[in-house]
Amino acid sequence: MMESIRKNKLAFLSLNILFVLYFLAIFADFIAPYPYDIQHRDAPYHPPTQIHFFDEKGNFHLRPFVYGYKMIDPINKYYEVDYSKKYPIYFFTAGESHYLFGIFKTDKHLFGVKDGKIFLLGSDNLGRDIFSRMLYGARISLSIGLIGVFLSFTIGTVIGGISGYFGGKVDNLIMRFSEILMSFPSFYLMLALRAVFPITLSSTEVFFMIVVILSFIGWAGLARVVRGMVLSIREQEYVLAAKSYGASSLRIILKHIIPNTYSYLLIAATLSIPGYILGESALSLLGLGIQEPYASWGNMLSSAMSYTAVSSYPWILAPGLAIFITILAFNILGDALRDALDPKLRRLIK
Amino acid sequence: MIFYILKRLYQLIPLLIGITFLSFVIIQLAPGDYLDQLRMNPQISEKTLNQMIKIYGLDQPILVQYFKWLINAIKFDLGYSFSYQMPVLDLIKDRILNTLFLSITSGVIAWFLAIPLGIIAALKPNSLIDKFIQLFSFTFMSLPGFFFAFLMLFFAVKTGIFPTGGAYSPNYESMTFFEKIVDRLWHVSLPALVIGIGSLAGLVRLVRSTMIEQLQSEYVLFARAKGLSEREVVLKHALKNALNPFITILGFEIASLLSGSALIEIIINWPGMGMLMLDAVLSQDLYLVMGGLYIGAIMLIIGNLIADILLAKLDPRIRQREVEGALK
Repeated sequence: MMESIRKNKLAFLSLNILFVLYFLAIFADFIAPYPYDIQHRDAPYHPPTQIHFFDEKGNFHLRPFVYGYKMIDPINKYYEVDYSKKYPIYFFTAGESHYLFGIFKTDKHLFGVKDGKIFLLGSDNLGRDIFSRMLYGARISLSIGLIGVFLSFTIGTVIGGISGYFGGKVDNLIMRFSEILMSFPSFYLMLALRAVFPITLSSTEVFFMIVVILSFIGWAGLARVVRGMVLSIREQEYVLAAKSYGASSLRIILKHIIPNTYSYLLIAATLSIPGYILGESALSLLGLGIQEPYASWGNMLSSAMSYTAVSSYPWILAPGLAIFITILAFNILGDALRDALDPKLRRLIK
Repeated sequence: MIFYILKRLYQLIPLLIGITFLSFVIIQLAPGDYLDQLRMNPQISEKTLNQMIKIYGLDQPILVQYFKWLINAIKFDLGYSFSYQMPVLDLIKDRILNTLFLSITSGVIAWFLAIPLGIIAALKPNSLIDKFIQLFSFTFMSLPGFFFAFLMLFFAVKTGIFPTGGAYSPNYESMTFFEKIVDRLWHVSLPALVIGIGSLAGLVRLVRSTMIEQLQSEYVLFARAKGLSEREVVLKHALKNALNPFITILGFEIASLLSGSALIEIIINWPGMGMLMLDAVLSQDLYLVMGGLYIGAIMLIIGNLIADILLAKLDPRIRQREVEGALK
C-alpha cells in the first residue's frame, strides 16, 4: 500500500504536506514567534511583513530582515512601510516563555525580531499575529479530525457490525435510527445539538463537545456500510469455520469480520476527516465552537464575516487557505488509497 | 403505479415522525427554555409567564407536547414563534421562498454544467481537457464552501459586480416587473455561484466516472459496431444507462433544498432559512425550529418520492421489481 502511494507523486506530496502540518501543530509554541493571545494594541490589522534580503538601496544582507511599519490612518488601519527601520530576523531567539510539549520551560522561539514586529501573515483586529495563531489553531483543527473520526468509526463499526451480524429486530431498529440521523439536515442537527450544551464551557469541554456532536452525526453512514459488508462477509466459509469450533459472536465480529473491513475503513476515514475539520470550522465561525482567545482556523475566520474587513484586510482569510490545503491533501490521499485498495474492495462490497 | 407511490409514502411516514420527534427531544434536552429570557425581564410578571406556559403547554410531559404539536403540524398549523410573536408559518414563508430560489438556481447551475462537462471528460479520458476538468472538480471539492463565499465576497466588494447581501435592492418596490426579475437574479448570482460550483465539482466527477464505465460496456461496443453515430451512442445509450445514480442524487438534492445552503446563506447575508434557524436554535424558539425542520422533513419525503417515481419510470428493471412485483 505504501508502495503505491509512493509511486503516486501527488499523493506522496499530500502525505508529506500533512506530516509537515502536524509537525507544525505539535511544535507550535516553538515555531510561532508570538503566543496565541499576545495582543499588539498598537498594530491592529497590520499587513503581512515581507521578508527582505535586499534593502531599499539594493544592498544584499545575509541576515534577512523586515521593515518597520508606520500607521498612517488609525481609523481605517492603513499602514506604510517605514524604510528607515530595519529589524533583522534572528533564529532561536528569546521571546515569551512557553512550555514545549507542556513540560520543558523555555523562552526560545524558532525565529523572531528584536524591538520591531514580525507578522508573516499580518495581524488581526486585536493586533495578534495571524501566523502564530494559525499554528496554535492547527492543533485544534487537525486533531479534531483525527479524534472525531476515531470516535465515530469506533461507534460506527461496532454498531454496524452488531447490526449486520445479528440481523432481525436489532438490525431493523439500528438501521431505522441511522436512517433518521442521516436524513436529518446535518447543519441544523449540528446547531440543535450545540444548543443542548451550555453556551459557556471551558476550552477543553468545547473541544470534546464538538467531537461528540460531529461523531454523533457521523457514525450512522459508516454503520450502514459496515453492516452491508458484514452481511456479505458473514456468509464466507471461514466465518462458518470459526462458528463451528465454537467461537463466540463477539469474537467472530471483532476477530474475523471487522478486520476484513479495515481497508475500507482506512479509505473512508481519510476521506471523512475533512468533514470534521469543516464541522469544527463552521461551528467556530458562527461563534459556537472554540472561543476566543483560543485560536482555531474556524474562529479566526469569523472576523471575515464582515465584508468591509475582508476587502480592506484580505490577509485575515489566511486560515481558510490552511483549511483548503489540509482538506485537499486528505482528499488526494484518500483517493490514492482507494485506487490502491480498489480491486479487493470491489470484491468485498459486491 | 399509484399503489407503489402510496406504499413508498407509507414507508416514509415513520421517517417524518422520527425526524420531528428526535428534534423535539434534542431541543427539549437543552438546558432552560425560551421563557428563561423572559423571566430575566422584570417587566414581565409571574402571571403572564404562567399564562404563556399554559398557552404553549410547556408544563406538560414532552410526549404530550410532541403529539399536540404533531397533530397541529399535520394541519400545517405550526404554532407561534416565541421571539417573533407571530405564527411560524407566516414567519418562514418568505424565508422558504428565498431559500428555494437560491437552491434551485444553484442546482440548475450545477446540473446544467455537470452533465456536459462530465460527458466531455469521459469521452477522452486523460486528455488535456479531461485533466483540466478533473483538476477543477478536485479543487472545488476541497475548497470549503464558506471560504469560497469569503473569497467571492472579497471579489464582489473589490469589483462591485455583485451586490453584497440581501435578496433585492432597497428600491425594489418601485421597479417594473422586468427590472424586478433582473434585480432578483443579480442578487442571487453570487450565493448561487458559490453553492452551484461547489456541488458542480462533486457531480462532474460522478458523471465522468459513470460515463466512463458505461462507455466501456459491451452494449456501447455493439451500438458502435452497428454503425450508430457517436452522438447517438453517447446520448441515447450510454447517458441513459448512466442516469440511475443521478436520479437518486437528484432526490437527495430536492431533500436538501431547504437546508443545504444554510451556512453560505448566513455568510453572504441571504435572507433565507439559514439565519432564521440559527437564531431560533440559539434562542430556543421551540416551534420555530420545529417548523423549519418539519418543512425540511417534508421536502425530504418529496425528494425521495420523486426519485423513486423517476427511477421506476426510467428503469424497466426497477419498475418490474418494485411496481409490478408489488401488485402480485
